[in-house]
Amino acid sequence: MNELDNKFINPFNQDKDFAGCSIFGMMSLEGKRFSSEDPIKAISNMHDRSNGLGGGFAVYGIYPDFKDYYALHIMYLSKDAKEKTDRVLASCFNIIYDEEMQTKAAKVVDPPLLWRYFVEPKKRRSPNLPEDECVIQAVMRINTETGKAFVFSSGKDMGVFKGVGYPEDIAEYFCLEDYYGYLWSCHGRFPTNTPGWWGGAHPFNILDWTVVHNGELSSYGINRRYLEMYGYKCTLQTDTEVLAYAVDLLMRRQRLPIEVVSQILAAPFWSEIDSAEPKRCNVLRALRQTYGSLLMNGPFSVIVAHHGEMIGLTDRVKLRPLIAATRGNMLYLSSEEAAIRLVSPQLDKLWAPRGGEPVIGRVGDKKIVGSAVKVEEPQ
Amino acid sequence: MKSYLPVDFIVERDESKCIRCKVCVNQCTYETHNYDAQDDVIRSKDENCVNCQRCVTMCPTHALSIKKNLGPFRDNANWSSEVIKDIKKQAETGGVLLTGMGADKPYLTYWERLLLNASQVTNPSIDPLREPMEIRTYLGAKPDALEIEFEDGDIDLKTKLAPQLILETPIMFSAMSYGAISLNVHESLARAAMRAGTYFNTGEGGLDSRLYKYGERAIVQVASGRFGVHSSYLNAGAAIEIKIGQGAKPGIGGHLPGEKVTEDIARTRMIPVGTDALSPAPQHDIYSIEDLRQLIYALKEATNYSKPVSVKIAAVHNVAAIASGIVRAGADIIALDGVRGSTGAAPKVIRDNVGIPIELAIASVDQRLRDEGIRNKASIVAAGGFRSSGDIVKAIALGADAVYVATAALIALGCTVCQKCYTGKCPWGIATSDPWISKRVNPEIGAERLVNLLRGWSMEIKEIMGGMGINAIESLRGNRLHLRGVNMTDTELKILGVKMAGE
Repeated sequence: MNELDNKFINPFNQDKDFAGCSIFGMMSLEGKRFSSEDPIKAISNMHDRSNGLGGGFAVYGIYPDFKDYYALHIMYLSKDAKEKTDRVLASCFNIIYDEEMQTKAAKVVDPPLLWRYFVEPKKRRSPNLPEDECVIQAVMRINTETGKAFVFSSGKDMGVFKGVGYPEDIAEYFCLEDYYGYLWSCHGRFPTNTPGWWGGAHPFNILDWTVVHNGELSSYGINRRYLEMYGYKCTLQTDTEVLAYAVDLLMRRQRLPIEVVSQILAAPFWSEIDSAEPKRCNVLRALRQTYGSLLMNGPFSVIVAHHGEMIGLTDRVKLRPLIAATRGNMLYLSSEEAAIRLVSPQLDKLWAPRGGEPVIGRVGDKKIVGSAVKVEEPQ
Repeated sequence: MKSYLPVDFIVERDESKCIRCKVCVNQCTYETHNYDAQDDVIRSKDENCVNCQRCVTMCPTHALSIKKNLGPFRDNANWSSEVIKDIKKQAETGGVLLTGMGADKPYLTYWERLLLNASQVTNPSIDPLREPMEIRTYLGAKPDALEIEFEDGDIDLKTKLAPQLILETPIMFSAMSYGAISLNVHESLARAAMRAGTYFNTGEGGLDSRLYKYGERAIVQVASGRFGVHSSYLNAGAAIEIKIGQGAKPGIGGHLPGEKVTEDIARTRMIPVGTDALSPAPQHDIYSIEDLRQLIYALKEATNYSKPVSVKIAAVHNVAAIASGIVRAGADIIALDGVRGSTGAAPKVIRDNVGIPIELAIASVDQRLRDEGIRNKASIVAAGGFRSSGDIVKAIALGADAVYVATAALIALGCTVCQKCYTGKCPWGIATSDPWISKRVNPEIGAERLVNLLRGWSMEIKEIMGGMGINAIESLRGNRLHLRGVNMTDTELKILGVKMAGE
């Protein structure tokens, strides 16, 4: 990773990524798949919130024919890296199918070689290790050991598409018009320090978890050091990476629900905790005492997704924007209201979530958590 | 033997201003000033003056000033006046040179070489006067993870947390024993801790029963002499601290001379009046880490596992490994006292030469506990010469949960750091057990001065955090990206875990 670190990811040896951004998420609460048309239109409408140095999409439900296999999207910065990575893959997985990812000419910068694999972990290698852990280990190994290879998507029946360019150009490059999914999260990036590195674009992904993020974490230094205690290696030096790992640690490994996790990442103020009823006060206090190092301090708005769930969250004083809306069975989350209005002029409900209060949409559940704050009734 | 020692200070009196009120005569406990009734003049014995500034401060007409005796020795970088005087002193007494307060040499500080960060453009700074800014801190062991139960929309905590101390500001008063300091100073600290929502540390001399009412804000210390340690003392405090070592005198014990052991102090310390109170160098029941574990659990048993147990050590060479052992032995809090830590009395050669700077100790202990995955098992409290809120913010960013201050607290009460605490004659009424001198500190006024200091520093900490765009202290703790180093070697930067300024 040193080579990657120095030359591609972080040539100026910056502490972390500084970025302004646009984020957009769209999800069918019935789990019905839909085309890329609306998500692309919406994120393109926020063109000026990014600067052409990063765009990306996470799509859920795109590989119905291979839904039982992990879909690995890997970018290679050299042929040599692919040979090395293929050896790692062959040792860890049964490769069901692989191909070069379909692309077409678009206004993108220095695209790497992009490859897609559908794989299943080899059981006999470590029979007691859960499959998810096998995949995480392989991803960490490829990203840190092989040099110039980077796994940017590793979930089942979902995929991340990202690179250096405006989001609409990235969509064109990856031919996203051919894909259908029930949940799309999108990102346009405005980094102030990172050059054209395809892996540095959002969404960030591990297994089927994705994060798109607008913000800068002033707490990054301690968030990172806390996660390092639990074996996460923060190699990309971006804020978003720690958010993704924090979500993985709390939700997947420690099995805390998002309602609780949001109270960790964007903890309520002590004054609020002190005045809560005793049982709740007890829980909230223990959360801050125990997970204080995972408080995400500084401006952020974020969309976290995994199969069946899309979550929007801002920092506790809401220093970055987030708007939520519903129309029929569709839930929208966006940096700007205009982007939502563009794809759905009529809305059932539109609201600005409070700082630190999550908006949670779940497939099969029409009730949106965190929709209490109403801005506007339908026309 | 004729003394070859020159005077340290020269008292200058402006006769045209002096009104012969004799305040200076009465205030000086070293008998520097004498009123000569025959000539109606006040004369001063320069050789008695310690430059504590008591007479200067109290003189109603500002007639007094104290000058340093710049002579008589020739300038010499190696054989400084201090060195020459020390040698002469020992040649005349044959004893160990005693001193008070913390190391006074400039070469042991890193705070000036660490600089703090602030937000510009890419994230907003926060105005603490208009928006919440949280510095509440909990000390004690934290679990690896929490188990939370949901039942019919009801939320409940299944994990039971270890007992915690709650600090409304991450600054506590460090251990100063009753006997070394007066009852009034103890009471000032206790009242201030109550009001400011922090803690004072009793030090090793027990807690006078009149101060038990402040027990909820007391950390009761258990040191090698076991002075004043009994069941109700242990249960009176909010936490218990085992004192292994002290930054000013690592590896050696304490000595309270018999003349300071008055009736009240004797009762509290559980020793006869007028006897020397000697703390052995080691705790004689702790010769190994497993012995420490036994004492930690003995104290937990004695208090029904209701209070966190802290272990205080001097920061010495292997501090990281020692700290790791202490955490594994069951301590809930580990207190580190750096080489600049203060004392009521210590051999000067020990104070100025033994131990390591607290900055390096915080950095290496915090990192080691993280490397071993046990940082959450104990809180780190740093001590040893914190002079300002800036020092404190830097300590927290390096990895401390909170800090102990003692010298700064005493300065708030009047101390001028004259370094003569060991004489027991403190003219400011602080480091003394003389009931007549002790009256100079009024516990109510003392508490007010201390609360003011804590308030001022807390507001400054909030200002600094706001500038960084951080509104909760847990996001600053251990966040070394908000520190940059100047004028340091690569090794120093590496141990501190900070980047060079400009990087």
